[in-house]
Amino acid sequence: MSELQFFAEVLTGGLLSGLLYALVALGFVLIYKASGVFNFAQGAMVFFAALTYVGCLEKLPRWTGLAADSVLLVWLALLLALAAMLLLALAIERLVLRPLVNQPPQTLFMATIGLAYFIEGLAQGVWGANVRGLELGIQDVPMDWVLDHTGMIVSRFDLFAAGVAATLVTGLALFFRHSRVGRALRAVADDHQAALSVGIPLATIWRIVWAIAGFVALVSGLIWGARNGVQFALTYTALKALPVLILGGFESVPGAIVGGLIVGASEKLAEVYIGPWVGGGVESWFPYMLALLFLLIRPEGLFGEKHMDRV
Amino acid sequence: MKLAFLSLFCAALAGCVAPGAAAAEQFVPLLSFRVGPYAATGSAIFGAYIDYLQYINEKEGGVNGVRLVWEECETEYNNARGVECYERLKHKGGGASVVMPLSTGITYSLIDRVAADKVPLVTIGYGRTDAADGRYFPWVFPMITTYWSQNTAMIKFIGQKEGGMDKLQGRKIVYLYHDSAYGKEVIAIMDEQAKRYGFVPSYIPVAHPGNEQQSQWLQIRQVRPDWVILSGFGVMNPTALKAAAKIGFPRERVLGVWWSGAEEDTQPAGDAAKGFIAAGFNVAGQNYPVVGEVLKYVYDRNKGNMPDRSRIGTVYYNRGLVYGIITVEAMRVAQARYGKGKALSSEQMRWGFEHIVIDDKRLAELGATGFMPAVKMSCTDHEGSGKVRFQQWDGKAWRVIGDWIDADRELVRARVETSATAYGREKGLNPRDCAKEQ
Repeated sequence: MSELQFFAEVLTGGLLSGLLYALVALGFVLIYKASGVFNFAQGAMVFFAALTYVGCLEKLPRWTGLAADSVLLVWLALLLALAAMLLLALAIERLVLRPLVNQPPQTLFMATIGLAYFIEGLAQGVWGANVRGLELGIQDVPMDWVLDHTGMIVSRFDLFAAGVAATLVTGLALFFRHSRVGRALRAVADDHQAALSVGIPLATIWRIVWAIAGFVALVSGLIWGARNGVQFALTYTALKALPVLILGGFESVPGAIVGGLIVGASEKLAEVYIGPWVGGGVESWFPYMLALLFLLIRPEGLFGEKHMDRV
Repeated sequence: MKLAFLSLFCAALAGCVAPGAAAAEQFVPLLSFRVGPYAATGSAIFGAYIDYLQYINEKEGGVNGVRLVWEECETEYNNARGVECYERLKHKGGGASVVMPLSTGITYSLIDRVAADKVPLVTIGYGRTDAADGRYFPWVFPMITTYWSQNTAMIKFIGQKEGGMDKLQGRKIVYLYHDSAYGKEVIAIMDEQAKRYGFVPSYIPVAHPGNEQQSQWLQIRQVRPDWVILSGFGVMNPTALKAAAKIGFPRERVLGVWWSGAEEDTQPAGDAAKGFIAAGFNVAGQNYPVVGEVLKYVYDRNKGNMPDRSRIGTVYYNRGLVYGIITVEAMRVAQARYGKGKALSSEQMRWGFEHIVIDDKRLAELGATGFMPAVKMSCTDHEGSGKVRFQQWDGKAWRVIGDWIDADRELVRARVETSATAYGREKGLNPRDCAKEQ
């Protein structure tokens, strides 16, 4: 394999991984748009959603008598996991957010830290700490056609996951740009009190957004869970989202996808080409360093809104 | 009515005399973790450990009548919490008999403390390798097999598969490791083995947590190795197996260390794990008498610690049973010297650990033939075995392949002594004279 081919293979793999990071980052963007806060609990929500899905898959045959390989079982488990995320969203709005209306963003941020610990404990408490496998029916193997014609390895599963991420991001970007909820969201993020005063139902908006974030967490959880197994490490996917958000902008849905692509490609290339010179293990810190440099040049990110505050 | 009064009188009398005649108890503090990132490992190992202590209580009424009691403290695999748990439990129940933190980080944090408190710190399959030199580490027991021993046994295994150690000349071996002190621990000894046998090692680190390994496996594809040794933990393991499948690297040529070779590592990887081989100082399976006994005396009496019985017999569960066997054997040995039926002090427990002899006959009595290797401890040798056995994942379960393989004890011991002597010099320690301590 030539050097150029190898470079292209690393780059393609990085871009596909980047779309998966974008998927997780999307959940953060939604919450940030609605409440102006970085939701520290997003990783825990991904874990909770995936664990609820595989937990239902395990328990449902005993509860319902359905065969373990039945298609109905899969849909039922998916529905129950979605319902669990919806309930979680309602509970978060009622018990955590509502008492904190008009509080500074730092207070909300601290609340999400507590929420993360609670959700992690809840997930393991309800479904147990076992590591589970998850099959979505798409093999994580190279696409034969690409391998035969280019000599490059492009995973069928990665391509599917990237397609899901791209569809979700596009759909949500359109929804928030053209719907009433989307416009209301921007008002809510700017100022809770002002939004309330013009008749925007803050509680409803929060419930909708947290429910959509829960849905995004479920999709992320299923894809990452199928990739690496459903286990506590799913909470770490949030670590990849932070540099993506800094690069793309905390409030921008398309920014999440562009940020994800930049992070995915750069970290893989850095690992391969810089790693050997510095002892390897570059992947974990390189995106953060990149984000830090970006903060110095463009603090609001590529697609973030520039904030002007009167003093 | 008279009978009722008589019963009451007897009960009262029994209550009065009970303190004087109370059965002795031996306290075991448990620095466990059942929530957090490594809960799957902790819940199985500590669950099995408790099951074994419970089994001794149920079957024999304790060790020679000394009932085993324990208390758990949640560390979440966190060093600071581990130290806090140790401090909280060390004086309870008449004092800690032994501490097994199941974490290399917590082990390092406790080495000086246990020496000051005189509590045996037993680290089976983890911890500080050079602590195998009991002259400089009198309170630390990295028992059965250390990482260094494991690595030399793995190279021997590869040699066997290649048709002899001389066939290793020119072979390429990639060491894919968790980028931490744990992963780096064997690099120096691997270099030494590479010089001796002529193979070409490549070291590729994976940053924590290891849920992304595409670039590493593309590098492996470039290297075209004959074997890959996988030294991971947690999510890094299934991710590695899936990535190996993606580049078409045969799983029969991926060798995992014992923290990479459990059901928790293979099941999430699905078909990608089929053929994967892993080292271990214990094997998986329920078809060993010791596991059957635990099921009979503990689970059939509804006293089991594992909520999910399907995990009984897994690699981590059986590892917890090994921890239990070692603890109880140390108590038996120490009681044989210091008095049967008496609770032991931590110093007496240390003597017990240093004099454990589990030979083939004893293994058979324990119902653990083939389940774990024979162990012979001494004042100087706190490792006691160095043997490793390999298992292969057939897609559903682990199958043992071959017999126990000895580590290169000569090579490992020389390095252990050099490193321990350097530690002793740094700390200003005088080595124990083991010849005098019999």
